[in-house]
Amino acid sequence: MEHFVEPAVSVSDLHARRGSRKVLDALSLTIPAGLVVGLIGPSGSGKTTLMRAIVGVQVVQSGSVSVFGQPAGSASLRRRVGYVTQEASVYDDLTVRQNLDYFRAVLGAGRADVGRVLEATDLGPNAGQLTGSLSGGQRSRVSLAVALLGSPELLVLDEPTVGLDPVLRRDLWALFHRLAAGGTSLLVSSHVMDEAARCDRLLLMRGGEVLADDTPDGLLAATGTTDIEAAFLTLIEERE
Amino acid sequence: MNVSRTLATAGRVLTQIRHDPRTVVLLLIVPSLLIGLVAWIFSDTAVFETVGPAMIALFPFIVMFLVTSITTLRERRTGTLERLLSMPLGRGDLILGYTLAFGLLAVLQSSIAVLFAVTVCGLSIAGSIWLLVAVAVADAVLGTTLGLLASAFARTEFQVVQFMPLLVFPQILLGGIFLPRDQLPAVLQAIGDALPLSHAIDALTAVATGSHDDAYVVGELLVILAWIAGAVVLASLTLRRRTP
Ligand SMILES: Nc1ncnc2c1ncn2[C@@H]1O[C@H](COP(=O)(O)OP(=O)(O)OP(=O)(O)O)[C@@H](O)[C@H]1O
Ligand SMILES: [Mg+2]
Repeated sequence: MEHFVEPAVSVSDLHARRGSRKVLDALSLTIPAGLVVGLIGPSGSGKTTLMRAIVGVQVVQSGSVSVFGQPAGSASLRRRVGYVTQEASVYDDLTVRQNLDYFRAVLGAGRADVGRVLEATDLGPNAGQLTGSLSGGQRSRVSLAVALLGSPELLVLDEPTVGLDPVLRRDLWALFHRLAAGGTSLLVSSHVMDEAARCDRLLLMRGGEVLADDTPDGLLAATGTTDIEAAFLTLIEERE
Repeated sequence: MNVSRTLATAGRVLTQIRHDPRTVVLLLIVPSLLIGLVAWIFSDTAVFETVGPAMIALFPFIVMFLVTSITTLRERRTGTLERLLSMPLGRGDLILGYTLAFGLLAVLQSSIAVLFAVTVCGLSIAGSIWLLVAVAVADAVLGTTLGLLASAFARTEFQVVQFMPLLVFPQILLGGIFLPRDQLPAVLQAIGDALPLSHAIDALTAVATGSHDDAYVVGELLVILAWIAGAVVLASLTLRRRTP
């Protein structure tokens, strides 16, 4: 599949370390626009580090990351990129609505946006509740709701569905695809291999490298397997 | 710099604090209680008349430094700082928003402390009580902005805590409370004279004892305000959007 439109993200020869450890070593990849791209890989493979670099909050040693043709972290991108960190980053001592109101003001989005994201994340009934008193899954949805404010063109979601029940997960994946259909680009990391099948494209990461960059079907065909988990294991064995 | 984002941040910080009544009470009355304790310790002597003004400088300053550092530490820990810095929020908007929110609390806290020292502890004030309150508030805001500076400098949450002894303790030791600054070794006296807390202690003592005229006190107040402005600017410049 060829993409003639500008990619949402392109990473080239990226080196990044966390502490004294090389986490990303000469990483290059592109993320096409308008699709749900899954970032799959074992724990510690560098998914969060890559996402932080794309959002522009990670110190990188060398290489380049550009988002919509501009260097990651540029001031003009801060309104166009929404980021959900792995741990829900919201204020526990504010209600759900107060959290959304504050971040809405920071983003300069319209007031009506709060109602829209509350509905999209099914948090309407909890709007007046203190965020710290929510269940884990509800809290992480507040974090997701904040990222949806202002309808950013790129959503970087670090394990947004962890701890959610199957019904909610299905609903959120439906939301992701609706957003992509409307032109939003999404990068979604996950540990859960059955979620990988729901992505338009997959990036398989391991040890800071990209093992595969393909559609789910393309990946299954290339490895001669029938599920993503088996495909992933096959790729790892081929490397060793 | 953006006024509505700054005000939104100040409002958010105040709303957070409002949800935690215990912190509000501690913040507002702990300095007064400590001043009362000092007055009690020296109740059979005339010492409180000399150290009382310094105590009005000391306790609100320390409490505001601590509360500010801890609040911003929590912001770092929970990832909300990282999120904010990935958004179109100016670093100055964040620092100023915090300064405004805690500045408002400082007004309440210092007014209570002054009122308590004068009415309950019997501290006599020769000069203008309004000038005394003004210096006390500026001093508490100074504590807040130095706390913000420490947090902005810190790259990790541990470092935030390590800045407390570095930024606060020397100011207490060299402020002239333990030994009048003119009796310190020359080098320490020069350092002590330059530190901002010393200016607050001098100004408060001058108002309380009437040893200097108002022009002197206003001059000292301006020095404290300059330190506040400097700390806000430096904190905004040192806060990093990218972390390792
Ligand atoms: N703050 C940090 N300081 C030092 N090393 C870190 C830090 N954060 C992560 N690392 C290390 O960097 C490597 C990559 O971490 P990263 O968080 O990017 O992995 P991940 O793929 O997101 O893992 P997970 O699926 O568990 O979230 C890991 O080996 C981890 O130990
Ligand atoms: Mg991670």
